[in-house]
Amino acid sequence: MRSHHDMGGLPAGRCEPDEHEYEMWEKRVDALMMLLSDKERQLLKVDELRRNIESLGADAYDRMGYYERWMHSISQTLIQRGVISIDELGRKMAEIEDRDERA
Amino acid sequence: MNRQQEQDAQDSRGYYRRMQSAIEELLILKGVFSGADVEREVKAMDSRDPGRGAKMVARAWLDPDYKSRVLKDGSAAAEELGFAVGPLRLIVLEDTPSVHNVIVCTLCSCYPRMLLGLPPEWYKSRDYRSRVVREPRKVLQEFGTRIPDEVEIRVHDSTADMRYMVLPLRPAGTERLDEEQLAQLVTRDSLIGVTMVDAQG
Repeated sequence: MRSHHDMGGLPAGRCEPDEHEYEMWEKRVDALMMLLSDKERQLLKVDELRRNIESLGADAYDRMGYYERWMHSISQTLIQRGVISIDELGRKMAEIEDRDERA
Repeated sequence: MNRQQEQDAQDSRGYYRRMQSAIEELLILKGVFSGADVEREVKAMDSRDPGRGAKMVARAWLDPDYKSRVLKDGSAAAEELGFAVGPLRLIVLEDTPSVHNVIVCTLCSCYPRMLLGLPPEWYKSRDYRSRVVREPRKVLQEFGTRIPDEVEIRVHDSTADMRYMVLPLRPAGTERLDEEQLAQLVTRDSLIGVTMVDAQG
């Protein structure tokens, strides 16, 4: 069966040549991918990045922004590999939310 | 987008932005990399722009030997000009008066990022990825490019390990230009293949 990300040849809308300035957090997601997948670290394979993006439901895939999908996938891979725990990530995110609110 | 969708999109951005900060901080704490490593990667990506691909094209237009090396092994030809391509295989596709090439990544967003920088938003869009393989002539028209019917259009679907870049046709009226002036005319979109190089720049 054709998976959701496999969209070549399907009907779709008109191409709008929209440009988008990358935001700093998006560049940092990209930097994480580059670092984690380099020779020295080898903590992320491009196939893992793709698998964890492609396993998103059709709905989530469409709703999420490009680097949101990447970020989801990077965190899933790190959890699957045991580099970080889901608990640790949740606590850190809560801490950051707290910090941002106070700022 | 209606107001609710706008709000949801904002919440989602905030959530993933926090996730990015959290993962970066955790991995620094664990010694996987340093903050300086992240800054260095961001800077390196900022420094990659279509000027690199444009330089390869201008050189290939002027130097037939270089051109044959470009077409034989794009990665090596890029490295020759000091542009590291890494483990990816780079294939350069030559336009001719009878063949026009276009690149896409239908499955995601693979792109010659080492030579062109990060891809434009539309390259990653559903509309481009879905349609350019089925009705390229029509899609190119949406970019303002009309390819004559007698010219064949070839669409190349990239993969994670294999990236394409187009070597566009050198426009007439550029015979007196030097490499730097020629490179100025070569745009990002012409290296993707959705536009042609214009002698007026």
